[in-house]
Amino acid sequence: MRHIISILMENESGALSRVAGLFSARGYNIESLTVAPTEDVSLSRMTLVTRGDEAIIEQITKQLNKLVEVVKLLDLSEGPHIEREMMLVKLKAERTHREEVKRMADIFRGKIIDVTDTSYIIELTGDADKLDAFIKAVHEDLVVEVVRTGPSGIARGAKGLSI
Amino acid sequence: MELSGGEIVIQCLKDEGVEHVFGYPGGAVLHIYDAIFRQDDVQHILVRHEQAATHAADGYARSTGKPGVALVTSGPGATNAVTGIATAYMDSIPMVVLTGQVPSPFIGSDAFQEVDTVGITRPCVKHNFLVKDVREIAETIKKAFYIATSGRPGPVVVDIPKDITDPNIKVPYAYPKKIKMRSYNPVVKGHLGQIKRAVELMLSAERPVFYTGGGVVTGDGSKYLADVVRELGYPITQTLMGLGAYPSSDRQFIGMLGMHGTYEANMAMHDTDLLIAVGARFDDRVTGHIAHFCPNATIIHIDIDPSSISKNVRVDVPIVGPVKQVLKDMHKVIKESGRKPDAGALKRWWAQIDEWRRMKCLSYDTKSKLIKPQFAVETLHKVTGGDAFIASDVGQHQMFAAQFYGFDKPRRWVNSGGLGTMGFGLPAGMGIQMANPGADVAVVTGEGSIQMCIQELATCKQYDLPLKIILLNNGYLGMVRQWQEFFYDGRYAHSYVDALPDFVKLAESYGHVGMRVDNPAELEDRMREAFAMKDRLVFLDVVIDPTENVYPMIEAGKGHHEMQLSPQSELV
Ligand SMILES: Cc1cc2nc3c(=O)[nH]c(=O)nc-3n(C[C@H](O)[C@H](O)[C@H](O)COP(=O)(O)OP(=O)(O)OC[C@H]3O[C@@H](n4cnc5c(N)ncnc54)[C@H](O)[C@@H]3O)c2cc1C
Ligand SMILES: Cc1ncc(C[n+]2csc(CCOP(=O)(O)OP(=O)(O)O)c2C)c(N)n1
Ligand SMILES: [Mg+2]
Repeated sequence: MRHIISILMENESGALSRVAGLFSARGYNIESLTVAPTEDVSLSRMTLVTRGDEAIIEQITKQLNKLVEVVKLLDLSEGPHIEREMMLVKLKAERTHREEVKRMADIFRGKIIDVTDTSYIIELTGDADKLDAFIKAVHEDLVVEVVRTGPSGIARGAKGLSI
Repeated sequence: MELSGGEIVIQCLKDEGVEHVFGYPGGAVLHIYDAIFRQDDVQHILVRHEQAATHAADGYARSTGKPGVALVTSGPGATNAVTGIATAYMDSIPMVVLTGQVPSPFIGSDAFQEVDTVGITRPCVKHNFLVKDVREIAETIKKAFYIATSGRPGPVVVDIPKDITDPNIKVPYAYPKKIKMRSYNPVVKGHLGQIKRAVELMLSAERPVFYTGGGVVTGDGSKYLADVVRELGYPITQTLMGLGAYPSSDRQFIGMLGMHGTYEANMAMHDTDLLIAVGARFDDRVTGHIAHFCPNATIIHIDIDPSSISKNVRVDVPIVGPVKQVLKDMHKVIKESGRKPDAGALKRWWAQIDEWRRMKCLSYDTKSKLIKPQFAVETLHKVTGGDAFIASDVGQHQMFAAQFYGFDKPRRWVNSGGLGTMGFGLPAGMGIQMANPGADVAVVTGEGSIQMCIQELATCKQYDLPLKIILLNNGYLGMVRQWQEFFYDGRYAHSYVDALPDFVKLAESYGHVGMRVDNPAELEDRMREAFAMKDRLVFLDVVIDPTENVYPMIEAGKGHHEMQLSPQSELV
């Protein structure tokens, strides 16, 4: 099963490599990983997407918790949560396709953030499925470049993941 | 007090109560060595190879429970130390390793003797640090000791760039008394509700067995383990790492379990209806094929590390906490319940176990003209009154020592179980002797293993470490030869140790006493002679039967009930 795990960790230089190293050393799979500092500069927040059966996910969370730099960890998949991913797509937009591409961006609530005579860059935010759907919807010959951030997530409700 | 970084490193060790540091100098740690030179509180022991520094620190820790400390230089010093760090990591041994690093401005430039020590050691340490400022040394070292010794212990590396130890830069020094880390909070107490659930199961079991491991040794839980085990009267088996935590001579002890465990222990594992695992980690050498493991058992597991629980085998009642407290509470709960185990069931269970015992699975040929390794270890027990510290290397001799010495106290049996590091024995023995002056310390080794750190005979000379080296010399990489005999139709690919040195002369050339014995009738006298030389290292080259095998043996992939037994075992 797919799990999205949120990790609060000390914002120290080696911390990221410890997480990455743990996954490669133990043969766990990492689908995506995003990391950035939080409102408290001494902490960074990581969102990690992985797959595995229950026993593997249990080991993954235990092993992550064991890392000295990990302050707190939450498997978002265990409760209601929101996931968002951002995508930047560069599309060919020559005369004949310009309108179609623009319409498509509108339908998906994307924003055109760069324009040339022959191309658009579209910014799109949503869950991973929505971004996939957009890529499927535009003609593949038009796609020049795709950049995705990987999902980040947050639990629903009033309570926050903090120390 | 204003001190330089180099002085701070040593002052921290002093303030931490460290008395011995095993190390080897080099460019990146010269400032630290200069600080060592100018004081007498912390004694530095110069080894002859950095691997030995870490193994010695490790042996020191295993025999005392105090953290071992090693100091090595950057680059090759650090890489040489890695084997010893990984060895300690696999067996959860508290250790702090200080490594020199190239000066900060050079880091990342492929400078002379630069390696990414933090990167290289990351997968085999509990934690590691790169110190970036002289003002951070004290706090970092404090953290290192705290992390190494608390929770599930393990090695911690502190990498210190040379410029940080500059004698010309002095800063105020104070060693933190206590440390708190928001991201590191080891469990200090097991859940009482879980303990009660466990006790409920324990009191209603019919074929229970305790399976205890290294965690009882590192967690100083022996006394409390004995309280619970004796209170209930249940059988107990121990892992290779747990030996001595519960006395081997006690009737309730049914021997080691696992690949080379006893028939009775492994059969009990197979038949048990309640497995009570204490500070043991369900290693594959112990479980055999997971699908065949304890097929009828409910499993209780006490462990301080949540990730040990349900890692290899699904556990029914997990108790996360230190063995000492959990066993203490467990004993109390049992007593307070006023209940006793089912006497009838227990009697039947013991009758079954006694029947398995009649197999006499550790029998060997006692009439041989050659010295049998089993006989050598039994003789060692006799000569030392069963009270010596035994440091072992890795191979058949290790298994014979484990099976035949009969450890009655914790911390007497020191061996590399998890990593299985040949070369561990001699330097580990040095660490033990350093920590326990005056005690009998024997190194049980093979002619393969001893040659992996043989240079340490010089260290033993320099520091007058009167180890007794018991070399069980079979002229083979015996453990490898055994597997080739069993599983490769006797194709002995590179398991023969050709061109062995004359170990007697070798020992003598280092200034020690060397002796050789090949006659079973003379063995005891030679050993007595060796142990009588209280202040000399004696290297006893014991020429043993080259073809002896370790039994019982469970082949990889087989279940506990599928043991291969020695030809001398008696079928009942
Ligand atoms: C040649 C060879 C053959 C071997 N054959 C065998 C064999 O036949 N049988 C055998 O048993 N082993 C054998 N081994 C050793 C084996 O590889 C493992 O090292 C060993 O089984 C592990 O022992 P353990 O389960 O006690 O774990 P350890 O490695 O000692 O781990 C200790 C466990 O206790 C926990 N712990 C630590 N401190 C505490 C505390 N204070 N409170 C609670 N829990 C704590 C830890 O988290 C960990 O889970 C062999 C090794 C070699 C090299
Ligand atoms: C550093 C290292 N290399 C290789 C091995 C694999 N190995 C395990 S036991 C063994 C043979 C040990 O020979 P010896 O020390 O003579 O002991 P014996 O088995 O003969 O008693 C070998 C090569 C190991 N455990 N450690
Ligand atoms: Mg040998």
